[in-house]
Amino acid sequence: MPTVNLSKKVLEKLVGKKLSLDMLKDRISMLGTDLEHIKDDEIKVEVFPNRPDMLSEQGFARAFSSFIGVKTGLREYKVKKSGHHIIVDNSVTMRPYTACAIVKNLTMTDERIREIMQMQEKLATTHGRGRKKSCYGIYPVDKVHFPITYTAKDPATLSFTPLGFDQKIKASEIVETHPTGPKYAHISQDWKKYPFYIDAHHNVMSMLPFTNSNDTGRVELDTKNIFIECTGTEQHNVELALHMFCAMFSDMGGDIYSLEIRYPDNTLTTPRMDATPMDFDLKYINRILGLSLSEKEATTLLKKMGYGYKKGKVLVPAYRADILGQIDFAEDIAIAYGYEHFTEELPQVATIGKESPQAILERTIAHVLTGLGMLELQTYHLSNTALQTSDMSVNTTKTNQDAKKKTKSAVIELANSVSEDYHCLRSWMLPGLIEVLSHNKHHEYPQKLFDMGKVFKKGKTETGVEEDTHLGLIISHDKADYTDIRQVIDYLTTALNKEITIEETTHPSFVPGRCAQGIHKGKVIATFGELHPEILARFKLELPVAAGEIDLSAFQTISQ
Amino acid sequence: MNIDKVIAGLHPLERAVIPVLKEHKELRSIAKAAQLQEVKAMRALQWLENKDVLKRTTEVQKIITLDKDGKQYKKGQIPERIFLEALSTGAKTKEDIIKAGIAEPVLNSIIGLLRQEKLITITKEKELVFAITDKGTKALNNPLPLETFLQHDFPQPATAFDKQLIKDYAKRRIITIEQHRITTITLTALGKKLVEANLEDLDVIEAITKDVIKNETWKEKQFRNYDVTINVPAIHGGKRHFVKQAIDSAKRIWLDMGFEEMEGTIVNTSFWNFDALFTAQDHPVREMQDTFYVEDPVHGKLPNLKLVRAVQEMHEHGDEISSKGWQYQWDKNEAIKNVLRTHTTVLSAQTLARLKQTDLPAKFFAVGKCFRNEAVDWSHLFEFNQTEGIVVDPNANFRHLLGYLKLFFKKMGFERARFRPAYFPYTEPSVEIDVFHPVHNTWFELGGAGIFRPEVVVPLLGKDVPVLAWGPGFDRIILEYYKINDIRDLYRNDVKQLREMKTWSR
Repeated sequence: MPTVNLSKKVLEKLVGKKLSLDMLKDRISMLGTDLEHIKDDEIKVEVFPNRPDMLSEQGFARAFSSFIGVKTGLREYKVKKSGHHIIVDNSVTMRPYTACAIVKNLTMTDERIREIMQMQEKLATTHGRGRKKSCYGIYPVDKVHFPITYTAKDPATLSFTPLGFDQKIKASEIVETHPTGPKYAHISQDWKKYPFYIDAHHNVMSMLPFTNSNDTGRVELDTKNIFIECTGTEQHNVELALHMFCAMFSDMGGDIYSLEIRYPDNTLTTPRMDATPMDFDLKYINRILGLSLSEKEATTLLKKMGYGYKKGKVLVPAYRADILGQIDFAEDIAIAYGYEHFTEELPQVATIGKESPQAILERTIAHVLTGLGMLELQTYHLSNTALQTSDMSVNTTKTNQDAKKKTKSAVIELANSVSEDYHCLRSWMLPGLIEVLSHNKHHEYPQKLFDMGKVFKKGKTETGVEEDTHLGLIISHDKADYTDIRQVIDYLTTALNKEITIEETTHPSFVPGRCAQGIHKGKVIATFGELHPEILARFKLELPVAAGEIDLSAFQTISQ
Repeated sequence: MNIDKVIAGLHPLERAVIPVLKEHKELRSIAKAAQLQEVKAMRALQWLENKDVLKRTTEVQKIITLDKDGKQYKKGQIPERIFLEALSTGAKTKEDIIKAGIAEPVLNSIIGLLRQEKLITITKEKELVFAITDKGTKALNNPLPLETFLQHDFPQPATAFDKQLIKDYAKRRIITIEQHRITTITLTALGKKLVEANLEDLDVIEAITKDVIKNETWKEKQFRNYDVTINVPAIHGGKRHFVKQAIDSAKRIWLDMGFEEMEGTIVNTSFWNFDALFTAQDHPVREMQDTFYVEDPVHGKLPNLKLVRAVQEMHEHGDEISSKGWQYQWDKNEAIKNVLRTHTTVLSAQTLARLKQTDLPAKFFAVGKCFRNEAVDWSHLFEFNQTEGIVVDPNANFRHLLGYLKLFFKKMGFERARFRPAYFPYTEPSVEIDVFHPVHNTWFELGGAGIFRPEVVVPLLGKDVPVLAWGPGFDRIILEYYKINDIRDLYRNDVKQLREMKTWSR
């Protein structure tokens, strides 16, 4: 989650009073932000993704000073007209929306420039979804010439000096040569043309979503007036970002000026810093919170969260991105009220606890098996194809008739696992259990192990994946044989009051002539026997292993 | 200890060794004399030491045994003698001597030795010419040094011989030197008395056999006393995996509180895992680096159209009453992607979709494995246990949520809990729960909770009913309880660890 670094001094200045350490610790976490640490002057706070407006020092201070009651209520942001306009060309279909503003009379310091860049980066990561949804550029006004055009161009036809470079390069080379290129190339992979901001003198201001021009897009210590552009895939999103910037710059002491955005089919004026009035359903909010707040009390709480309230409507600040409905007011009122002030209540609701049939079955089986001295394991659902197939001598290639007849042993592969050893879902339990056995050779025998869990294969379900619960059983000691595993199967089926018929069968993992299958109501539900020495050797096991795999789906209707 | 008491408690093994202790002091010879395996004799000596009968001292000794060549020389002739005898019968050159039956490498290794001892002379003509000296001829009449050495019974302690000699013989592969642990005993005052005592007369009951019971032998005879304080070999029972024990205990808490268990699949469509929980389709959690996607079958099917529409509309523009929605275009193709569930909340969504108004109020819980696409290290795993519960109750409110949470965490073993604002995509208001750790004297985060957003509930249930939900960080509780620092230990499946791990009792 994104964090914001605050200076305690700056925060105190913005809030307008001295803040004690205990008070900071307590209030920051009760505001709905997570305090990571306070060290000397530095305060590091984690901001939740629903409040990107708090990612700047100004934004955080604004929310914090309201919350502690120093300066509550809606902040008014005055916007004057700049008289400039932006022309949006109908070619920018890949990133069609933009919103702009001009801020004048700012005082820059090195610290402030760093803050601005940080806010730009953090907002683009969160609110802009890693620049995919939106990204933002800031320019000294004196360096650009209006009107500005937002248009899509073939990058081979344009050249400019990207940020951090000292000479012009072809725009088509940006993706390969500029440091931002590889990071954001996935956004532009299907584009033939790229969106550009180009000023009235035909200077490239920026190539989106990659970089600004070094000539026009560089805020310096002597910069007083700035131009901000936000571009992206949704009007709503780019305007919200713009409002967060404007509120921040205004809190820095700047004056906000609007511009006209001339789309091919309509014209907007941005920024729109006026608060949005929204209905307020106090009855609903009281019901959800279990409170009985009067309108006056609720108004006070809303003001602590930076809202205005007028004639039954909540005035939502233009920079708030997270207010979708009444429930969001409910949460903010709860925060302002203080979670610590709620009286907990345990309602008397008569419901009856009920364990799932599957859980009862698994619990019963575990009970029976531990009674036999067996030790339960916990193995991963994720596995790898070799372990699931070739390591167990199970052939997956369907080259001959014989293999075709066998059940589909194809494992379900994952598309994007970061781990080499775990890239598919297990199709049976035994491989994982045998692997465990191979890691425990140095411990005392006999080792009698079991595990129950989901196994996966293709099937006719909603997802196309069928999940069954299987039981894997392993017995190993110097005389382990068929009898050992058969005894467990017999004991278990008796305990579960299920009859199974035992037949001889063959299975590549087991010794021929020492492998059986258990049949229940015409369906094969168990395969067991002595593991083939070839497999033992592969896992470097030195003692014989009797093993079994049981499909528990047949046992679902337990002993009724 | 009283000697009679000691005698009454002697184990048959002890009784076998005691008579030989007067003559034999070293384990090997004790075992031989008592006709016992060394391990058994050792055990008897250990017991006797516990009873203050003797003291054992163990030291490492160098022991000499014959190597391959040594064994051969002991049976036949040694090369020195063959060499000298060959010279006295006319052999002169190396070739002559090899013919007499000494392999060249062996020959080379003794030439220097024999010359040093002045038993032979060497002159160099076309080739080396050897001759026996008078001393050499005389020496043949007596055992040569190596022959004397080989007359000993091996193994022998190295201390019995000259160090240089041993070094030379080892080099010639006549002997090997091994490190042995030699256990010797010294008898205590009690032991000295004990070895003189007559153990033959002692007739005690060892095992309580069928005959002992039937014939009532115990009426006339004494039972042999055991040393009940002595350690016995460990046994291992079967048991549930310690994580499953913890899960069972958590389940019991949910059941006690009147919750019904939910079950469901691990593979789900994104629709259930994300969309139904009002997670925007461009939310970072849906990205490949966080969530496992299935390669084949890559897509699943969506549930009934009415539900899908309701979810879609809530995402796109809300429902006019409770929400504005996300204000974007919802894409069915994102929703049909198969994923491994990232949270058990998917089960809550499916349960809500099945519930009828007449079923309310209702409470449900789940405990299950969830997945996130992470490389494994000490603090990260791709599988984790989650437990969560929901209360679907038209009369429920935020204060009830806090009430349930207090009770739940108290039952989990945490007397004190406090609540902070938090953020989760599908709850509002959201709560972070801290519990107080009495040993560490600190608060620590143990899970999230909240009321499901109307955007989640309305499409699934058809109506905005408060749904209280919470899910403690379950693996964290398990790690804390078992004092495990490396999260991989939950899946290490080390048989020794499992056998020795304490049982969950909370």
